[in-house]
Amino acid sequence: MHSGGIWGFILRRVLLGLLVLVIVSVLVFAATQALPGDPARAILGRDATPTSLAALRAKLHLGQPVLQQYWTWVTGLLHGDMGNSLANQEPVSTYLRPLLINSAFLVFLSGIISIPLAIGIGAYAAVRRDKAFDVSSSILTLLLAALPEFVVGVGLVVIFATVVFQVLPAVAQIPPGGRPWDDLNGMVLPVVTLVIAVTPYVARIMRASMIEVLESDYVEMARLKGLDESTVIVRHALPNALGPTFQVIAINLAYLAGGVIVVEYVFNFPGIGGALVDGVNNRDLPVVQALAMLIATLYVVLNLTADIATILVTPRMRTTL
Amino acid sequence: MSVVTDIAITPEPESLTTTSRRSGSVLRDALRLWRTRIGLVLVLGLTLLAGAGPFFAPHSPTDFAGPPFSNPSSAARFGTDYLGQDVLSRFLWGGREILVMAVLATAFGIILGAIVGLLAAYSRNWLDDVLMRGMDVILAFPQIMLALVAIATVGPKPWLIVLAVGLTTLPRVARVTRGAAQPIVARDFVASAEALGVPRIRILGRELLPNILSPLMVEVSLRLTYSIGLIAGLAFLGFATSTNGANWGTMINQNRVAVQAQPWGVVLPVIAIALLTIGTGLVGDGISRAAAGIDRGRSTG
Repeated sequence: MHSGGIWGFILRRVLLGLLVLVIVSVLVFAATQALPGDPARAILGRDATPTSLAALRAKLHLGQPVLQQYWTWVTGLLHGDMGNSLANQEPVSTYLRPLLINSAFLVFLSGIISIPLAIGIGAYAAVRRDKAFDVSSSILTLLLAALPEFVVGVGLVVIFATVVFQVLPAVAQIPPGGRPWDDLNGMVLPVVTLVIAVTPYVARIMRASMIEVLESDYVEMARLKGLDESTVIVRHALPNALGPTFQVIAINLAYLAGGVIVVEYVFNFPGIGGALVDGVNNRDLPVVQALAMLIATLYVVLNLTADIATILVTPRMRTTL
Repeated sequence: MSVVTDIAITPEPESLTTTSRRSGSVLRDALRLWRTRIGLVLVLGLTLLAGAGPFFAPHSPTDFAGPPFSNPSSAARFGTDYLGQDVLSRFLWGGREILVMAVLATAFGIILGAIVGLLAAYSRNWLDDVLMRGMDVILAFPQIMLALVAIATVGPKPWLIVLAVGLTTLPRVARVTRGAAQPIVARDFVASAEALGVPRIRILGRELLPNILSPLMVEVSLRLTYSIGLIAGLAFLGFATSTNGANWGTMINQNRVAVQAQPWGVVLPVIAIALLTIGTGLVGDGISRAAAGIDRGRSTG
């Protein structure tokens, strides 16, 4: 049906990803246009003076035709110029850069802990299928997967930081100019919250994938050759079971990028999530638009990587292209 | 080409092997599992609490019942909140809004998602590509992100939150529906219905839909779980219909500053939301297992 083999597939995926991003940018831009009436008045409120209204209109390029406004905005984005924050007058990029580093560190820590943990739990549960570990881990992952992140976060605060025990800080505040790795104690609860949000899902997919591999002919063959069970699992089963998991890992890293929004708010963590919530509260559209584009780009890139990685590590998929 | 994506998006690994078993027997099988029964009890119990709670509230949710953050007393069984309002009354009122909005958003997402998924699977041409690429655009945002962009533009209106959550649910449902319907579209009875000249809409509704009801029922509970979390989460972030409305998410946010001194205003709604989402999650897992034929006839699970 399709042609071009694996490179054609990759090219098509990349082009589709770009197309999605262009449409996303139009939608995000249209969000400004959707403000009822005069956007400047909608942002500044009823008490705005004519001078401030005129200044804001000029800043938002409201005098220009819509297409030109879009073009100015998009080319600015591509050059790293995301406009000025309406709330604090700073350039959005200057405002967001330190927050982005903080959030990236939070996501990095959560990812580096949750991914091996999930693969380990899923693979071991599959090997011990229907035994105590499998049954208990599958019930636990099922229950945890259902909980919203903020409920997990607030629950952890109640248990470990305030009401029951007081062993960990309830907030992860970073002084201005400070770095998140200066106070790792404060990072514990936010990271644990995100790990709890992501691990169950990946562990369940890993378990299913591993079970399928363990029942396959080549694993049976390896066993019949007389290889000992640990070699069979580590050398033959695990690498093959990881294929579908790649996709899930990428989706979950992307999910972490969304999950930080609420989790950062729970712990007063100074990151892009907090900035987004503030931006929505203040109707600081340049900040909201920049963050929406940033997170959407991350999402599309991660999904693209996952699709390509899955094809590369799963030879039988290549024939179905 | 999108084979890969569809597999990964399917939420429960078990549903990969879902066959077109009759949905009635799937539900019966699901009810034999303990997890489904427990989940159902939780969901029904909390729905009852959210629906009937307001009739049993000793105070109005916005009445002054004592000094702020005071401890439980005979006047306020679970103490008072940050404004001195009765925690118990606000708790009894606080589930209704979340539940109604979550159900509406889920219904919106499931109905439209199923229609898009069925159309895409059945059309097998450019329409399939256009629809699914359109879904990709919505999928490029985390669910909460799209809701926040909408709120930043229009403000935290209830219809807008329902619409945003429903809209982000749509592509996820569409992918699962399309994935489940594709093998059915290729079957003989569809071709014979086409040969007989059965109108397209009847093929979608009478031939395809009944065969994908099981994965769709799994989606309903899964998406309801996420919608409840999202809508309560938005209220927690401060984006509920009213800033001092009785809403479990709002309550948690308002009272967490003094959680050490007066934990009830936080603990009660946290437990309620947790039990509700665990309940819908358990029901979904039960249906998904029954649909996949796992644990058939076994009463444990």
